Amino acid sequence: MRAFSYTRAASVAEALSAIAGAPQAKFLGGGTNLVDLMKMGVEHPPQLIDITRLPLAAIEERPEGVRLGATALNRDVASHPAIRARYTVLAEAILSGASPQLRNMATNGGNLLQRTRCYYFYDPTYAECNKRMPGSGCAAIKGYNRIHAILGASEDCIATHPSDMAVALTALDAVIQVQGPGASRSIPIHEFYRLPGATPQMDTNLRHGELITAIDLPAAASDPAATVRSHYLKVRDRNSFAFALVSVAAVMETEGGVIRRARIALGGVAHKPWRVAEAEQALAGKKADAEAFRSAADILVRGAKTYRHNTFKVELARRSVVRALTTVATTA
Amino acid sequence: MASEKAAEVSAGDITRREFHTEVAGIAALSMAAEVAGAAPAGFVPGIPVALTINGQEHKLELDPRVTLLDLLRERLHLTGSKKGCDHGQCGACTVIVNGRRVKSCLMLAVTLEGDKVTTIEGLASGERLHRMQEAFLSFDAFQCGYCTPGQICSAVAALDEARAGVPSAVTPRLASNEPIQLTEDEIRERMAGNICRCGAYPNIVAAVRYVAESPRKA
Repeated sequence: MRAFSYTRAASVAEALSAIAGAPQAKFLGGGTNLVDLMKMGVEHPPQLIDITRLPLAAIEERPEGVRLGATALNRDVASHPAIRARYTVLAEAILSGASPQLRNMATNGGNLLQRTRCYYFYDPTYAECNKRMPGSGCAAIKGYNRIHAILGASEDCIATHPSDMAVALTALDAVIQVQGPGASRSIPIHEFYRLPGATPQMDTNLRHGELITAIDLPAAASDPAATVRSHYLKVRDRNSFAFALVSVAAVMETEGGVIRRARIALGGVAHKPWRVAEAEQALAGKKADAEAFRSAADILVRGAKTYRHNTFKVELARRSVVRALTTVATTA
Repeated sequence: MASEKAAEVSAGDITRREFHTEVAGIAALSMAAEVAGAAPAGFVPGIPVALTINGQEHKLELDPRVTLLDLLRERLHLTGSKKGCDHGQCGACTVIVNGRRVKSCLMLAVTLEGDKVTTIEGLASGERLHRMQEAFLSFDAFQCGYCTPGQICSAVAALDEARAGVPSAVTPRLASNEPIQLTEDEIRERMAGNICRCGAYPNIVAAVRYVAESPRKA
């Protein structure tokens, strides 16, 4: 690991001022991804600003929803009674990721900012990776690309985002609260992540010097009287402690077997959690049955482009959508 | 432990542990020599950090690159915690920080100011083993033993998590916040962060389940 200097921030103002004049510096949360990437030689920040002692670890129930502090631990979010009861999809997504030890370390903000698990990104002995070294090429496109994107990729990058939590947050229309040097801003999660395009080195629209302070969950139901059910389905090579090949976060409001509103986000298929408004509109007002679910699934994977080893993901994604929605519809 | 002793004796005049300590000492000396002249590129001054390990307070100055695992093993010679993958995947380095099990290989030691660390060396009370250690012996819950300290630390904290109501991916009716029933499925899922390459899993599950189900002694 390359040498770096270490600063422990005692306040948000201190953290922001420490990073303001240091263009290569990074904030350190739980470190479960960043420290590993530093060991691998993928990341080499000259300075780390430790934000784990900032007073941002609260999980607050508010009239309009729930506010998750940026440095609250993943374990604590998944254990919170309000999250388990009203945002089940989020608790399930977090619990399906990593291992208990890692969930005891990982922060909410850090989970959002974890980097891709593309083999060619994670291992600097591969010369080509536009995300790691812009302009060097993409080894994955011509290499082993079983885990790679089928939607929204570019000729420069076919990496996927590895977070389960972010997929659930996308289906829940979460809003990321950010504090910058001058001002704070709110970024809806669908505007937070980027598609790779010609600049795959940028995972998100967060600017350097900005700090995630919280993640806001809007009210679970659009109508206080409505029943909302949700589920996270993760498909992977082994049953625990593995990244998703495909995952589905499904949130559905029904009334008398008829869908009022459905929200569906796919993980493991793109550079960001994948949501298609048209697929959700197609479900509104329909009977909650397999036929409706299949047509929504078809719309979700429309335009899929596959590579040599990941063709299977298109049908896997379709079937996973149907299964996740069926589970939501049949859960008492 | 018997297996540890055997390994030390079989190495002849110099024990395995002494050999590692010597090598680390030589490396430290050569680094110190470099530091004595002009500070080489990449030199980072030590950061002061005070933390408690197994009830004992330590005041240290550390290079920020030092992980908790390396601090324990290389500097404090608490070699019970093991380095398997050094990437947070195998669980051999599992220790308990402020009551929570973590992977010490991914934790920078300078971040632990004021924290309380418990390692495998801190579980027994004198000669009296922790119940989980006893159960691992009784149920023959290991083969080579390399992952065992991590397995035991993980299992001890896993039972605390279950008692505190922390759910897992296999907890039924997640939304209902019912107390956790530690079934075999639950134990397997909760221990998924600890790999045993010898495959002693059935006996590990049996040992953990025994401790979970037997009433606690005072």
